[in-house]
Amino acid sequence: MLINRNASLLLLAAIIALLPLALTNNFYLDVAILAGFNAVVCVGLNLLIGYAGQISLGHAGFFGIGAYASGVLVSTYKWPPVLALLTGAAVVGVLAFLLAKPILRLKGHYLAMATLGIGIIVSIILRTETGITGGPDGMMVDPFTLFGFELYGEKVWYWVVGAMLILAVWLSLNLIDSPVGRALRAVHGSEVAAEVVGVDTTSYKVMVFVLSAVFASVAGSLFAHYTGLITPAKADFFKSIELVTMVVFGGMASTFGAVVGAVILTLLPQVLTVFQDYQEMVLGAIMMLTMVFMPRGLLPTLEGLLTPRRRA
Amino acid sequence: MTGTLEASMNATTAAAIPVPAARAAAAPARHLLQVDNLSREFGGVLAIGDLSFTIQHGKIHSIIGPNGAGKTTLFNLITGVYKPSGGTILFDGATVSGLAPYKLAERGMSRTFQNLQIFFNMTALENVMVGRHLHLDRRLLPALLRFPSVRRKDAEARERAAELMREVGLGKYLDAHASSMPYGALKRLEIARALAAEPKLLLLDEPAAGLNATESREIDELIKHVAARGVTVILVEHDMKMVMGISDHILALNYGRKLAEGTPAEVGANPDVIAAYLGSMP
Repeated sequence: MLINRNASLLLLAAIIALLPLALTNNFYLDVAILAGFNAVVCVGLNLLIGYAGQISLGHAGFFGIGAYASGVLVSTYKWPPVLALLTGAAVVGVLAFLLAKPILRLKGHYLAMATLGIGIIVSIILRTETGITGGPDGMMVDPFTLFGFELYGEKVWYWVVGAMLILAVWLSLNLIDSPVGRALRAVHGSEVAAEVVGVDTTSYKVMVFVLSAVFASVAGSLFAHYTGLITPAKADFFKSIELVTMVVFGGMASTFGAVVGAVILTLLPQVLTVFQDYQEMVLGAIMMLTMVFMPRGLLPTLEGLLTPRRRA
Repeated sequence: MTGTLEASMNATTAAAIPVPAARAAAAPARHLLQVDNLSREFGGVLAIGDLSFTIQHGKIHSIIGPNGAGKTTLFNLITGVYKPSGGTILFDGATVSGLAPYKLAERGMSRTFQNLQIFFNMTALENVMVGRHLHLDRRLLPALLRFPSVRRKDAEARERAAELMREVGLGKYLDAHASSMPYGALKRLEIARALAAEPKLLLLDEPAAGLNATESREIDELIKHVAARGVTVILVEHDMKMVMGISDHILALNYGRKLAEGTPAEVGANPDVIAAYLGSMP
């Protein structure tokens, strides 16, 4: 890593703290908040894709379950939002655990197809269970309240999402530099070699799948409260692809790469408004160009250019 | 340095995996490894057939045989990478056939690979640290929250890994990324990683393959050094000079069956072995 973990974490905190000076209106703040939500999901997804070397094309499904758990439990059943968020996370955790065992035995294309299926099923259920979810039109979600305080407005949510992102990055950096994190990376490097030094590769794959799904679910819950309106589009296949593209573009196996990828690809459609009509196409092009010209992703490639690789 | 390593080795071996009560009462296993009537077929082709042999504690054992004799298949069966079609394997007095590799690692078995299996997505030091996996805190929550205990144990593991790297002659690669290291160094890195697990039994699959004569001799010394630390070594190797020089015991295979067994002198003089390697006289 170019700079050590604590310094980079401080840098991230400083950027988040100073950014509002430049974000002079609520539209800019809104874009930053959306980028923050995406970044949190990508940091979790990067643990799965970048570090453990597994693929998921269904993570928007977990994001959607979190969002709708909060939406339905808080708005329809008047649960306290924190409890709804935790329940959503628990449901997603259990679901991911149950799914992980059979599907993580699959590799490559098969794993991709199975996770793709999960995402599609979730989005179909959200679309068709009109009585509960409001169907394709979506549903309104009550604001997030905690100890009688209501989180309202971009200025407040900016700090909430900023804090959540710092927390997510901190957790990810901690994990990667621990026995568990090394075991995950070992699964990516060589499964058989990991096994013969005692790494139970299957349970680590399940663990990281569950963990990254829970990251997505928590982000989804808060996102539902922030926007106040959720639709099944937030859980569909295209959203899953977008998340994977962010991770791959920013840099696989780089926590900050995932953040950078999420921020750039959230900003891009906002900056280039013409781009909005061709979003799928441009996203596909970015994915292809990344794969061909910088397969390690943006941040690791830049790091590589700045620090010539040490040869012993 | 070696003194402290041995001391801690003994400490961990003593506190090793709990032995089932019934076995604890019995005398310690006579053989570290006992293979009985082991066989494995791949789509009707017998790769290992009805093979029985034993491995004693604390020696260097070699498995030899012409290409395709089933040496690597045997390694994969012993270490749980393949499941046997028949027969049993006893390791340290307990039946282990059919167990997953990571379970065998917990019982004190480790290995290297003929075609390198390096974690190329990590530094050399981290590769060896993965070898310490079983001796570290493997719970998710302490790792996520970076408990002081995790940090302390990690620093120790880093220290141990660095020591091991120096011990196998990789001192100058302490800061290197695995993907930037030459082939010969990676061979040693696999040995360091396997040793980091503190195994009772270490299986080395062609540790000298692809090395020049000087490097080969150095690996020779390294294997003797490992065995002197009290680790039992099983070696698959084509370099006959090496095998004859360092083995206490040799098992010769051909077509998945036992051809001969004994000291290097006995096996080297065995007409069946000579015939298998050179072809029989008309």
